[in-house]
Amino acid sequence: MHEMSLAGGILRVVEDAAAREHFRRVSRLSLEAGALAGVEVHALRFALESMAPGTVLDGAAIEIDEPAGRAWCMVCAETVSIGARGDACPRCGGWQLTPTGGTELKVRELIVHDD
Amino acid sequence: MCVVCGCSNPDAPTAAHTHAHDHETGHAHSHDHAHAHGDLDFGANAARVSVPGMSAERAIKLEADVLGANDRIARANRAHFEAHGVAAYNLVSSPGSGKTTLLVATIEALRRRDPTLPLAVIEGDQQTSNDADRIRATGAPAIQVNTGKGCHLDAPMVAAAFDRLPLHEHVHHHDASRSLLFIENVGNLVCPALWDLGERAKVAILSVTEGEDKPLKYPDMFAAARLMVLTKTDLLPHLDFDVARCIEYARRINPGIEVLLLSARSGQGLDAWLDWLLADAACDAAPRDETAALKARIAELEARLAEREAAA
Repeated sequence: MHEMSLAGGILRVVEDAAAREHFRRVSRLSLEAGALAGVEVHALRFALESMAPGTVLDGAAIEIDEPAGRAWCMVCAETVSIGARGDACPRCGGWQLTPTGGTELKVRELIVHDD
Repeated sequence: MCVVCGCSNPDAPTAAHTHAHDHETGHAHSHDHAHAHGDLDFGANAARVSVPGMSAERAIKLEADVLGANDRIARANRAHFEAHGVAAYNLVSSPGSGKTTLLVATIEALRRRDPTLPLAVIEGDQQTSNDADRIRATGAPAIQVNTGKGCHLDAPMVAAAFDRLPLHEHVHHHDASRSLLFIENVGNLVCPALWDLGERAKVAILSVTEGEDKPLKYPDMFAAARLMVLTKTDLLPHLDFDVARCIEYARRINPGIEVLLLSARSGQGLDAWLDWLLADAACDAAPRDETAALKARIAELEARLAEREAAA
């Protein structure tokens, strides 16, 4: 349920950008929510859609890229892909893993309009 | 407003053009299109040049961390705590794991060990000041933060609460012992994992009356925590809780997590918890700089590797 707070954080990032770059509305919002970022993408989309009316995000298409999780396996000494925290290394079956990718939640890009 | 051209003031001064077309409703009007904003930038669209017929849309690359605003305040909190000699710990768990009971027992035991050690508590709950009241009954200062519908504490809440605590007035002397700040987060094993409050460490508390597979079910929290404390261990004889399996699960998620077992009720294991807290708080400054921390880690691993190679 923290997705509502995250949606608020996203709106804030976008409104800060609007104040800086002087645009009036956003037609596309591109986000990155990694598989290991601790975010439920469906809930985030729902939260953004409920928050958008009356803001610069009103009517914006929301695009969420979900990069796979990547981790460094201490045993294999290489980077492997994992679907979620707690998954075993697909090579050795162990859990000596340190996540290295797919951990971020970012606003990547906006398509904006000045009208 | 004219629905065709969008201008808001049909009575505007008539110095400018008249629409060449008659609107379908039949009205024709004149108005000033300068709208008084001044500058015009025809290079602000995607093509960076004026292309008649192309809408004035443009792309803005942000690559901005959604939690960036919180994290900036958390870094400020961390620096602020450090300047006041405060070691802060963020206690996270599901509701009912015994966080407040553990804190009350911890405060009383710390008092017995060192009555001069300054300490304080920030209590996070959606509603009521019940927990802060329980802490204040021990004589320790506590600030209750009610999050309303919020499911976690965030860095600005902690900054505001810290300003109200006497620890804030505690002037730091480098030779003086440090003070301890416990932040009891909202009982929730999901959301608080993502919000940095400026703490030295998150401590995940798991009572043995819960399932031993909680680290697997709520991995983000156990990944974020530096220490897992298994509580209510006095109840173990009555339960099927498998301690070894629980620790194994936690280390699947976080191979480096430290583990302590204790019972706030019987006091068993409480000394080791106090030792952990005081030793960690006494470390001059936890590695703030991630690069420095990684370099230290590499040096440590290289030393271990050299040892193994020497032994082989």
